[in-house]
Amino acid sequence: MLHFPLWKKTLIWLVCALGVVMAMPNMWYAQVERANDARVLAEETGAEPGADAALWPEFMPSRLMNLGLDLRGGAHLLVEVQLEDVYAERLEGFWPEVLSTLRPLREEIGTIRRQASNPDELVVRIGNPAAMDTALTALRDLTRPVASLTGVGTTDYVVSQAGDTDIVITLSDVEKQATDDRTMQQSLEIVRRRVDESGTREPTIQRQGQERILIQVPGASSAQEVIDLIGTTAKLTFNPVVRRTTDATERAGVGNVIYPSVDEPGVFYVLERRPVVSGEQLVDAQPTFQENRPVVSFRFNGAGGRAFSEYTAQNIGSPFAIVLDEEVISAPVIQSHISGGAGIITGRFDPAETTRLAILLRAGALPAELVVLEQRTIGPELGADSIEAGRLATMIAFAAVLVFMFLAYGTFGLFANVALILNVALIMGLLSAIGATLTLPGIAGIVLTVGMAVDANVLVFERIREELKRAKGPARAIELGYEKAFSAIIDANITTFIAAVILFAIGSGPVRGFSVTLGIGIITSVFTAVFVTRLIVATWYNIRRPKTVTI
Amino acid sequence: MRLKLVPETTNIDFFRFVPITFGISAVAAVASIVLFFLVGLNYGIDFRGGTVIMTETEEEVPIGEYRDILGTLDLGDIAVTEISDPAAQLTGDEQFSALIRIEQQGDDPASQNVVIVEVQQTLSEAFPGILFLSTESVGAKVSGELVQAGILAVVLAIGAVLFYIWLRFEWQFSVGAVAALIHDVILTIGVFALVGLEFNLAIVAAILTIVGYSLNDTVVVFDRVRENLRRYKTKPLKDVLNLSINETLSRTLMTSVTTLIALISLYVLGGEVIRGFTFAMIWGVIVGTYSSIFVASAVLLRLDVKRDWSKDDSKGGTQFANIDA
Repeated sequence: MLHFPLWKKTLIWLVCALGVVMAMPNMWYAQVERANDARVLAEETGAEPGADAALWPEFMPSRLMNLGLDLRGGAHLLVEVQLEDVYAERLEGFWPEVLSTLRPLREEIGTIRRQASNPDELVVRIGNPAAMDTALTALRDLTRPVASLTGVGTTDYVVSQAGDTDIVITLSDVEKQATDDRTMQQSLEIVRRRVDESGTREPTIQRQGQERILIQVPGASSAQEVIDLIGTTAKLTFNPVVRRTTDATERAGVGNVIYPSVDEPGVFYVLERRPVVSGEQLVDAQPTFQENRPVVSFRFNGAGGRAFSEYTAQNIGSPFAIVLDEEVISAPVIQSHISGGAGIITGRFDPAETTRLAILLRAGALPAELVVLEQRTIGPELGADSIEAGRLATMIAFAAVLVFMFLAYGTFGLFANVALILNVALIMGLLSAIGATLTLPGIAGIVLTVGMAVDANVLVFERIREELKRAKGPARAIELGYEKAFSAIIDANITTFIAAVILFAIGSGPVRGFSVTLGIGIITSVFTAVFVTRLIVATWYNIRRPKTVTI
Repeated sequence: MRLKLVPETTNIDFFRFVPITFGISAVAAVASIVLFFLVGLNYGIDFRGGTVIMTETEEEVPIGEYRDILGTLDLGDIAVTEISDPAAQLTGDEQFSALIRIEQQGDDPASQNVVIVEVQQTLSEAFPGILFLSTESVGAKVSGELVQAGILAVVLAIGAVLFYIWLRFEWQFSVGAVAALIHDVILTIGVFALVGLEFNLAIVAAILTIVGYSLNDTVVVFDRVRENLRRYKTKPLKDVLNLSINETLSRTLMTSVTTLIALISLYVLGGEVIRGFTFAMIWGVIVGTYSSIFVASAVLLRLDVKRDWSKDDSKGGTQFANIDA
């Protein structure tokens, strides 16, 4: 027990040294952070790194613990994606296909009318109930099979009969699931792009569960600011204009919508709900000037460009509307055939607005609305206060425990103290290495580990005391102390570790941060007690060869 | 001269006190449950939904003034509390902070935003230079789920531990340990109901840590019991338990004291945000230390343990106990 093979000794000291080196950047946090930023910038631009890069030597590890929002300040948002929005849109897009399928059969099935319905279904009433089967068959031919795990024969739309004359079309469950996944991926991507475009550092954007997105933006001055940035739909569409009106309560008619005009107060436009071209088909949008007025120029992709070109060719002389977020920005009359798929949006913009609009258009529209479920803003002052308080508390706790251990165990207490210091270095090194986020409860976790890390040593030392009382030689007593305390150390730490794992699995945010530091702390404290302290004790014993040992 | 928390050898008959301690524990547990149902917990926004705004001002603003100004907004129940910060008092740059709690506004998540903006504007006009240190708002939907997740976490943790101890020891040990855990959890909830401290997600984390800590303590005692049962095969169980507790007493107190030292420093200096959390932990360490002696061991004595270790000593009587050594 008191003999360590050389490889083991080397390995133990190597692990400790590695921990210390990895933890070191955190001692000069601000400096290392600036140096890292300078290097990243240099890499991106290809330029020489700025003077800041010299603040931290390149050969040193430079990974830092991420500071959580509660320490750095920033905004935290939990939003829910309204997945049902997309179902309605899908059905809306399906309606023209339904119509063109049924139209040739009109002689047999009679009139075809769309009925007002819930947004997640499409209801069509036909004039001749006797021809219901013909209509159903025709529509079912229109649906496409989708691959699913649950079975064959699933289609994307479900066509069913309701009453004598009504046909109800809904999305199938499998298709809904697939749509949900797509919607979530799209939403995540768009949120990420919008947050990134605003230039904040290291935002966290994560999917949570089926329909939620967690957004954390360090340094944001308020959650409201982030909501404004991502929550703006920036949904751009070009819709045919049915008519102009001044009555907002006017009935728009099935398949139509009524939107207000931005520039002309009190004026409303009745538009066809189905757009000619929509924002998803935009490939570029830039703020620019035309006749000294700020405008946004845009370009469509191939399909969008063709649709736009075709529509303008056929509708010269009639107005069409440029719609942004359910408001008509302008409704110009088509003067000529616009080919090439490019155009500009004019309106009463100032240059800042055109810049913002262009960013939002480039990032694309959110496929569905986001509802804020939870929002937290932590001011940078509070974060700084918390770091200061955490640092002070940790240092005092640390010092007090060190003194106490020395008073209680003398030389052996000093050994335990060395292990304790290494323990904290290892925790910080590991946290930096895995890029974990340090939160205020995380600091509490470290402090708690400082208290508990001594436990393993205490167990051993108390055990050695007992073995000494049984009047064995010091070497034998130390050996037995380690041997017999081992099962208690393992059992006691595994049970705490179980609690940490459950916290990690179920908790969120700061609680999770706490569980990570607690879990890592348990591993490192067992390592330091079982290997490091023992190695120190063994080395000391082999050099001194004391006849008696007092603990 | 060594600092010793307990004499070299102790020979205390802990079970002499058991009738008293058991009574105290039972009364405290019942009182906690009654308090929980009668007074209830002061749930934070994590569990109740609503908004909390933390402010800081250069000059001291009486709480009444906050209330008067915000009262005009018609936001329902508003609670304002002052925060003191001993760490800032020490360093001399004391600021005046307050916590404003606003109840959930309707079911619509968007209306929370409106309220936040409204309150911040009103306060900024009334107290120029006011800083909003933090603003947190949780909707009803999320808070409901957080309650479930919290309860689930505690139940799962206790279940997992029950299983682990059963594997490593005997089922009687497992029941004893879990009785101690439930005792600790109930008493912690009771003390929060009594003191009226805010009960939030962090407190659930604290309770889980208490579960871990209390177990840590219990397991160390049990480990010694297991060892002594093997050593003194004919000694009555009560004596074995007493001996084991006495032998581990020094360690139990040492660890509790070091942990308490760390926690108290955090409680006093760690700032307002984690004060509730550290309070729960301090209470948990005290209760956990007590319960591993007076609850876990007492239950174990009551249940009696199978003493037939004779067949295979090295395996310590359970199938998985040979991981140690």
